[in-house]
Amino acid sequence: MSAERKLVENTRFDLQIIASWIKPESRILDLGCGNGDLLYYLKEYKKTHGTGIERSEDKVARCIERGLTVLQGDFQEEVHDYPDLNFDFVILSQTLQQVMNPEELIPELLRIGRKVIVSFPNFGHWLIRLRILFTGQAPVTDQLPYEWYNTPNIRVITIRDFKRFLRITGVRLAREIAINTHHHDREGHIIKHLTNLRATYGIMMFERPA
Amino acid sequence: MSPLRVEKKYYTFAEPPDEMILDSGARLGPITLAYETLGSLNEDKSNAVLILHACSGDSHVAGYYDEDDKRPGWWDTMVGPGKPVDTNRYFVICSNILGSCMGSTGPSSINPKTDKPYGFDFPMVTIKDMVKAQKRLIDHLGIKKILSMLGGSVGGMQVLRWCADYPEMVQSAIPIATTTRHSAQAIAFNEVARQAIMSDPNWRGGNYYDGPGPDHGLAVARMIGHVTYLSDESMRSKFGRRLQNRSTLSFDFNGDFEVESYLRYQGSKFVERFDANSLLYITKAGDYFDLERGDGNLLINDALTGIRFLVISFTSDWLYPTYQSKNLVSVLKKNGSDVSFCEIDAQWGHDAFLMPNAQMNKLISGFLERISHEC
Repeated sequence: MSAERKLVENTRFDLQIIASWIKPESRILDLGCGNGDLLYYLKEYKKTHGTGIERSEDKVARCIERGLTVLQGDFQEEVHDYPDLNFDFVILSQTLQQVMNPEELIPELLRIGRKVIVSFPNFGHWLIRLRILFTGQAPVTDQLPYEWYNTPNIRVITIRDFKRFLRITGVRLAREIAINTHHHDREGHIIKHLTNLRATYGIMMFERPA
Repeated sequence: MSPLRVEKKYYTFAEPPDEMILDSGARLGPITLAYETLGSLNEDKSNAVLILHACSGDSHVAGYYDEDDKRPGWWDTMVGPGKPVDTNRYFVICSNILGSCMGSTGPSSINPKTDKPYGFDFPMVTIKDMVKAQKRLIDHLGIKKILSMLGGSVGGMQVLRWCADYPEMVQSAIPIATTTRHSAQAIAFNEVARQAIMSDPNWRGGNYYDGPGPDHGLAVARMIGHVTYLSDESMRSKFGRRLQNRSTLSFDFNGDFEVESYLRYQGSKFVERFDANSLLYITKAGDYFDLERGDGNLLINDALTGIRFLVISFTSDWLYPTYQSKNLVSVLKKNGSDVSFCEIDAQWGHDAFLMPNAQMNKLISGFLERISHEC
C-alpha cells in the first residue's frame, strides 16, 4: 500500500472529503486541528501552507513535532489577529457544534478566508429523530456519544438549519456533501437524497458573494 | 561515549579608529566577543544555529572544556550530539554578550585609553548593540544566513532583535520565555537588584577593580533575581517552610529556613563568577529593550514574513508571563509570519526553560527538522 493511500485510509472520512476540495499550494487555517492529521496530509500531498489552532498543549506539541505550524489557543479568540483574506481556506471540522457564538464566528472566518469549510454532526438524522420521538430523551449516538449533562456539543445543528443560516446571513454556499460514516468515522459514503434525514454529517463550503 | 570537548574562542574587531557606534551614539572599540562553536559548518554554510544566552549566561553552551571541568555548559540538555539541537547536523554558535564579564568586552575590561578597567566609563549598551556585535562575529565566520536562532529570557530578546534588525539573515527563530518589552514589574525587580549593588559601600561609583568589590550587594541582587526565576509553586515544593539543619526556630537572624539558605548560597556562588557592573549594564539593557517603541512594532515588517517562528512560554513564568508571548504571537500573525506557539505546563517558573523538559525538546527538535527541510 502506498504511503499516501495509507494516510488517506487512516484519516477521518469527512477530512478526506475536505482534503479533496483544497487546491494545491493554498493557504489553510485549520481550527481545532487536533493531532494535525488533515494539515499533515495537505502539506504532504497538496503542498499547502497550513496553520492550525488547537487548545491542548500535548496535541500542539505533537503537531509541531510533526513539522506543522500550530498555535496553542482558543480559536474563537485567535482568529481576530489575522489580516483580511489571509487564507484561501478556513476549515472548521466537527467543532461548530461546540462554538459558543457561531453568529459572530462565521463572519469573522469569512473575513480572514476566501472560502470557509465546515463539517458538523447532523442532528436531523432519522435515528436521532426516532430516539426523541420514542424515548423522549436527548439522543446519544455514535456521532454524539454524550449525555446532556457532559456533552461539549452545546449547539444543535441540522443540515437544513445550517443552510438556512447561510441564506439569511447572505453567504453563498459553494459546495456541499452529506455523508454517512462508520468504523470510527474512517470510512463512509456520500448521501445524495434526503440528506437531512439520512446523513450523519454535513460538510459545506461557503464564501462571500462576489 | 567520550564527553564532548569544546573551547572558548575570541574574536576582536572595531579597532580604533573604526569603533562600533552604539545605540546611544557613543563609540566603543576594540570589542572582543568570547564564543563557542560545536559541530561543523557544511560546505554551503547553511546549517548554522545561533544560541543566545540569558542575562548572566556565557558562551559555554554545552560540552566540557577539559577533564577537570565538573559541569557541562549551561544548555547541555538541549545542545550536543543526538540532542534536540543536534551538533551532528547543525553548526552551533554561542557568543557571550557585549557588556558581560565572561570573556567579552564589558565594564571590567581594560579601557585602552586609560589602561584601567572601564568601570562606569563603559558606555551604555543595548540589546541592539549586543546583536550588532554578534552580527560582526557571524560575518567573520562567513555565514550569510542563520538556519535558526534560539534563546530564552534576555536571549529571546536578542532573537527578536536579530529578526527586527537583520531579517534577511534569519530563516527561523525560537524565542523562549521572553517578551517584546519589559513590564513595569520586570523593571522594578531589576531596579531593586541594581540598588542592592550600588548601595554597597564597596561599589564606589563602579570603580572598585583595584580593591574589594560590592560582593554583598551583588549577592543580594542575585537573590532577588532568583526569586523572580522561580515560582510560588516551585518554592513550595522545593523548600516549603522546612528549616535548614535545625529542628526548632533560632529566634535570631542567622537564617532558619531552607529557602533562606538556598538564596544565600546562590548569591555567594554568583559573586565568584560574575561582575557587579556587568549585571548593572545588562539589566539596564533588558529594561531599555522595547520593540514597540516609536512609530509602531518593529516586528511589523514585510521583511519578516519569510522567518518561521516557534514561540514557547511556560505556565508558571511570572517574570515574562504567557500573555507577553501571546502578544508577540499576535503581532507576528498580524504581520503574516509563519508562527507556532506552545505554552508548556511547567511548575519551575521562568527557570523552566533551562530545566530538562521532554516537551520542549520535542518542540525544538521537530521544528528544527522541519526548518532544515524547508530552508
